[in-house]
Amino acid sequence: MNSKTLACQIRKDCLEMAYLSKGSHIACALSIADIVAVLYSDILKFNPEDPKDDKRDRFILSKGHAGSAVYSALARSGFFDPEILKTHYANGSILSGHVSHKTVPGIEISTGALGHGVSIGAGMAYALKLNNKENRVFVIVGDGECDEGSVWEMALFSAQHHLNNFTIIIDKNRFQALGKCQDILKNENLKEKFELFGFKAMEIDGHSHDEIRKSLKVTSKDKPICIVANTVKGKGVSFMENDLKWHYKNPDEEQYKYALREVESEYDQ
Amino acid sequence: MRNAFINRLSELAKNDKNILMMAGDLGYNVLNKFYDDMPKQFVNAGIAEQNMTSMAAGMALEGKKVYTYSIANFPSLRCLEQIRNDILYHDANVKIISVGAGFGYGSMGMSHHGTDDMGVMRCLPNIIIFSPSDKNEAIRVAELSVMTKKPAYIRLGKGGEEDIHEYLEFNIGESINVVKGNKVAIFTTGPIASEALEATNILNEMSISTALYTFPTVKPIDEEIIKKCGNDFDLIVTVEEHNIIGGLCSAVAEVLAMQKNKAVLRKIGLNDTYISEVGSQKYLRERHNLCSKDIVNTVLDYINLK
Ligand SMILES: Cc1ncc(C[n+]2csc(CCOP(=O)(O)OP(=O)(O)O)c2C)c(N)n1
Repeated sequence: MNSKTLACQIRKDCLEMAYLSKGSHIACALSIADIVAVLYSDILKFNPEDPKDDKRDRFILSKGHAGSAVYSALARSGFFDPEILKTHYANGSILSGHVSHKTVPGIEISTGALGHGVSIGAGMAYALKLNNKENRVFVIVGDGECDEGSVWEMALFSAQHHLNNFTIIIDKNRFQALGKCQDILKNENLKEKFELFGFKAMEIDGHSHDEIRKSLKVTSKDKPICIVANTVKGKGVSFMENDLKWHYKNPDEEQYKYALREVESEYDQ
Repeated sequence: MRNAFINRLSELAKNDKNILMMAGDLGYNVLNKFYDDMPKQFVNAGIAEQNMTSMAAGMALEGKKVYTYSIANFPSLRCLEQIRNDILYHDANVKIISVGAGFGYGSMGMSHHGTDDMGVMRCLPNIIIFSPSDKNEAIRVAELSVMTKKPAYIRLGKGGEEDIHEYLEFNIGESINVVKGNKVAIFTTGPIASEALEATNILNEMSISTALYTFPTVKPIDEEIIKKCGNDFDLIVTVEEHNIIGGLCSAVAEVLAMQKNKAVLRKIGLNDTYISEVGSQKYLRERHNLCSKDIVNTVLDYINLK
């Protein structure tokens, strides 16, 4: 599936999951749909037949609450039957709200408490280098998540140890759980901050597949890489975009159908 | 229970400007009583719980009565050393509110399960642990938490808990005898109390005289009642939505072990495991044998053995 088709599919799957499960975090998932789609279509090395294949790149969703986007990408990439997506959050399902490595093939690391995934990723990158391995490590982290001190501890370490096999992608949708980031903890100039910490940093449109692809292919001789992706929380569904309540709410039938049509028509253009 | 607690606390905060609510970027449509009505008494610390916890200690040492608020493990385990060194050692007037006791956020996944917090907190010196069983206990805990200057950990259910008894003016360290009986005593704490109450009723209907006690304070624990029950009953069963190590069962066993008892102790709790299964609070209780029928069976097994 090319990245555009996959992104559309991810959005449709996420909407269906939120609708059926009555779970939360739909806007958080829509925000990263394009990044996840490009990762799984064009960048990550993976093997659905053998999720633990030595040659695989490591991908971690540090903002684990956006799990539905990754579950969809995994299902559509052959890791498990897409029908299972319909059971998200349900009793007896393998798909918990936050991503779980115990039950879902292809999930590298369980997250859900913010500010852990990035550091685990740095640890993997460090060990892979020690083992002279070529695999890359990619982590998606929220901009709100960057409030956590551990993110900055990770940044110090990664630069110190020249983890050039390590890329973090910041989903900069400008919202966190109780409001806009700028009203809670202003954490602006993220690109410049990571640059100062010793990363090779760049800022992109987090919904432009060309820009995402290009940035994910960037390498460095001796620096970890930080991609600040400007995104829209709820991207693709007009009434969910930049509206905090869709961090929590799930669509009713009418909203669900309307949202599906919007996502599909966007893709047709 | 969570909303009842916050409502009562916000009433008290209206008359006490020193009460300060600090949230770790959480509490949408819950803490609005603070952020809309008393913005000067609300601070969003951001998604930075460790900093929040140490800052709360600093504010408390300057005379504020600070409540930190987040989900299950985020204000507790994540900030363990900040709690120990900064709050408890400095005797700072900070109350840590942890929402989603046990499987309150069941289907969210293990990161959100509050199933080892009581044990971890209980072994820290200088902390009161409140664990209300229903909204009425939560309201009283809100009042007690304002009355005491001591640091405390407050473990709240996420919402929708059944009422176990009406509002009572209990004090810190007192258990509550909800149902009277003379053969079996069931001890419980937290939202799982509804299962314990149901089991108590079933057993009494079966003519097995069963008493029910809730422990809205797990530390200090009501030693007097535990010792008395140890003497008076044949069987004590502890019921908690928590790991079987460190929580209510351990607290009760520590007391019982110091005397000769008539009663034997049996325990209902999580069998020292993390939960990977997905499901609601009710579903996960069923899967892990924490339901009323499991409590009843535990009692029947004991009686049949005798
Ligand atoms: C340690 C921790 N604290 C708090 C939370 C609760 N929480 C879940 S999502 C969220 C906001 C995250 O914001 P951001 O990283 O910007 O991601 P977005 O939802 O905007 O995509 C919060 C505070 C959590 N999951 N983990």
